[in-house]
This record gives sequence, structure tokens and C-alpha cells, in this order.
Amino acid sequence: MFSKILVANRGEIALRIIRTCKEMGVESVAVYSEADANSLHLGIADEKICIGPAPSAKSYLDIDCIIKAAKEAKCDAVHPGYGYLAENEAFALRCEQEGLVFIGPSPENLRLAGDKITAIKIMKEAGVPVIPSGPSGVESVEDAAILCEEIGYPVMIKASGGGGGRGIRICANEKAMKEEFPVARMEATATCGNPELYIEKCIVEPRHIEFQILADKYGNIIHLGERECTIQRRFQKLIEESPSPVLSEELRQRMGEAAIAAAKAVNYVNAGTIEFLVDRNFDFYFMEINSRIQVEHPVTEMVTGVDLVKEQIRLAAGEKLAYSYEDVKLPIHSIECRINAENPEMNFLPSPGVVETYRTPGGFGVRTDTHLYQGYDIPLYYDSLICKLISFARTRGGAIKIMKRALDEFTIDPIKTTIPLFQKVMDDEHFKSGRFDTSYIEKFVRNKDDDDD
Amino acid sequence: MKKIEVKAAMSGVFYRKPAPDQPPYVEVGDVVKKKQVLALLETMKVFQKIKAPFEGKVSEILAEDSITVKDAEVLFVIESN
Repeated sequence: MFSKILVANRGEIALRIIRTCKEMGVESVAVYSEADANSLHLGIADEKICIGPAPSAKSYLDIDCIIKAAKEAKCDAVHPGYGYLAENEAFALRCEQEGLVFIGPSPENLRLAGDKITAIKIMKEAGVPVIPSGPSGVESVEDAAILCEEIGYPVMIKASGGGGGRGIRICANEKAMKEEFPVARMEATATCGNPELYIEKCIVEPRHIEFQILADKYGNIIHLGERECTIQRRFQKLIEESPSPVLSEELRQRMGEAAIAAAKAVNYVNAGTIEFLVDRNFDFYFMEINSRIQVEHPVTEMVTGVDLVKEQIRLAAGEKLAYSYEDVKLPIHSIECRINAENPEMNFLPSPGVVETYRTPGGFGVRTDTHLYQGYDIPLYYDSLICKLISFARTRGGAIKIMKRALDEFTIDPIKTTIPLFQKVMDDEHFKSGRFDTSYIEKFVRNKDDDDD
Repeated sequence: MKKIEVKAAMSGVFYRKPAPDQPPYVEVGDVVKKKQVLALLETMKVFQKIKAPFEGKVSEILAEDSITVKDAEVLFVIESN
């Protein structure tokens, strides 16, 4: 086991990692920028080192500064947390060169996770379902019709040259496709000067469901069930839960096997997540690998009793995995709400500043992962995530009631937060019934871009 | 002639250029249209555009590029007829 770990992150995740280090009897070193000198985790870590000024590029993202701090403090491992350098292949390689263990996947894993086109190719070869699509450069309506028949309607016609979502045509059937194809070609030429089109299956009413993976250095790979992460805004997850309210035991087993196959196909090590899109017919498709501990990992911890950060450290130290999902899964449902310092009434504009009144919820079934305290000045330089509020109970209904009660108890004044939005969601019939897709949150927010006026 | 101050809507890092290697959006003396972008403000990784409230001439730029400004700090003075 390691003797001293440098935690190359800030905020709630730095605190989360240091707490586990304490429990494991491993010394921890916190690093911080000048803007984070009053951070909660600095008082809990065994040592602290200032690594630079407020901007992340000059502190938390500065590889040289972090390596230097780790060497100076005589650490033998580095935990990158999430974000920042967590998925940075160059950083993982540099750690290796400097004789520091990077607590996470291998540099090869990181490279592949970042190269989505290659990753999808490997998954296809490994028999993991991917979103069906045709080759680039479909020339004629006739060719397109044959291809669409193979892929299955509805389909999306996209410009090969990109265009940021522009020129995407959704076609429900062959008749619509034949109408849209020539228009899409014109549009593609007009927007990116390239008439080439490709066709992809359109995922209707998509849900985002991911599987937690653990892998040791000896080829043992397990999954720890799924996390339902469908409730998002602009690809940012807001609410996560485990288990998913819609997965049957049979589908969970099939998706779990696919997730393990996906991890095997890339010789994955340490903790990771395999993300899938699930359509309304419950067909699922590989999206990507997240090669880090994820923000939403606590819901998996609550439904398995496994400390995922501890497992990351154990696996990085060369220990073995000696249990399966079946051994650890509990009859528990857990929900996480991401409390962000954002104003949901004002287009989610950020809300930094001093927390003047802080009262946390507590009681049975509540966990808070947060770096907040009364009097803390939330810096304007970093992410708006200020607290992960997690509830757990024997049933989903119970977890929702506890979450609602905990949200009602929570005071973070005068900071604007996403709490009022989550209070509405917990009372919403569609949320309670589990019927929602990735567009769900739109009905709660006035979608107004400040760029429109 | 009236003079209007353009203030920061919240605290953040003030950027006069769209990218470090590009020229500033505006300089003192420039005539700007209503809603023309004057600068960017970065708060908690979100970039907001600071726009001209009306047509006029930029008479003063009070904040330097890449520095942190406070909520309601005056950033520009614009003159119009």
C-alpha cells in the first residue's frame, strides 16, 4: 500500500479522497491555488502545498507544479479526482516517468477513452452494440434507402463535414428520407462546403444509463450495477440514481455483460464507467468510456456499500478484486442531486460569493458530499458544483421522499442554487413514475439564451 | 450628449479579447452599435458577453484584460448624442 498520496484536485472530491486516505491510514497531501487558501480539505489533509495562482491553467492544470509538489512531499502516488488532469494521458505518463503511481486507468486506457472514433470501432469488433450508422459519403437517394433499411427508421441524416448540429435531418420513414436527402445535401454544401452525408440511427426518447466498472491488474473485471443519468441540461448531469427505474433484471444483466466486454476489449484497469444510450424499445448502444471516478459515484456506493475511492487506491496498489456485483448489491435505492451555485430562474447563471447562512440537512437516509461551510467564499474561478446531496432508502419512493425533505431543510443563503429546481422535480409525477428522457428538464426551465437578444 | 457606464453584471474575470492571440473587441474611440460585444466575463467557467447598451462611442475602458472584476464594477463608459 502507498504511504502518501497527493490529491491533485479541489472542492468536494478532494475532501472525499482525503477522507478515504485517513480511513486507510495513508497520509494525504492537499494542493491548492491562491483562491482556495480557505478550502475545507486543507485542514483535514496531513500536508498542504500551494501550487499557484487562481486560474486553473496555472495551478490545478499545471502538470509541472503538481509533479514538483508530489516529489517535494515525497508522495508515492497521485489521485487526480475528476476533471482537471484525471483523463490527461500526458499527466499519467509523466507520473509513471517520475516514479509516482497514477491512481486511475493506464495511459493507454486514457488515450483510447479520448479517441471516440477508435473506441467505437473496437467496441463494434468486440460485439458491444454501437449506434448503427453507415459509411460517410452516401451519394444517392437509392443508396441511402438501402442503408436506411439496414439501419432501421427513424434515421438521422448528418453532414460528414460537421456543422455543430446544423443540417441534421430526422426522418421517420422512407418517404420522409427521400424528401429530406436532397435538401440535406444542399444544406451540407452551404454550411460546410462539403455535400457528403452520412446516416445514423436516430435514438428516440433516449435515456443515459451507465455502468460502474472495476478492474484489477490481473484481468478481473466486474461491474457494480448502473446509474441512471438521464436528467441533464446541456449534457450536464443534474440528477443521478441507482438502480435505474426502468431496467429489468434481464436487461441489467445484458448491459452489465456488455459493459464488462467493453472494458475487456480495451484492457481496462482501475475504476471506470461505460456509458450507454437506451432507446424507448430498450435497445442499448455504447457511447463512451469515462476513465475516472465520476461525480455521481456516491449512488453506486450507497447501493453496494463499496467505497469506490478506496477501491481505486487498492487496485492502483496492485491488490486484487475478489468479489462480484452479486456479492455486494443491496436492496437499496439511491438518488443524487447536484447542488450547483447557479440560478435556475435566470438561465442557470452562476452565483459565486460568501455563504452567509449554511444549514445542512441530516437524518436517516441522507449523505452530503460538499466542501461548503458557513462563511465560505465560493470562488468565481471554478466549477459551480458546491454540494452533492444523496438520499437512500429501501425503495425509490422512499429515496424521493427523503430527498424532498432534505432539500426543504437545506439553506445556503444568499447563494442562488439548483435546490428550488430539484424541489419541483421531486414532486413531479413523471419523475416519480420514472418516465423521462434526456429532454426532461426543459419543461422546468425557461429556455432563453442571453445571446438571442 | 450622455455618458453611460457599462457595469459588470456579476463578479468574474474580464476579457477584452475573444482569444489571447486576437485583437480586443473594442478600443477607446471606437463607435459601437447597440448590443455589440465589448468584452467577455468569465464566472465559474461560464462566459457571458458584455454588450453595448446603445449606439455610441467608447470613451473609457476602466478594467484591464484578464483581471478579476467585482459585481457592479464600471468597465466601460460610452458616450452618445
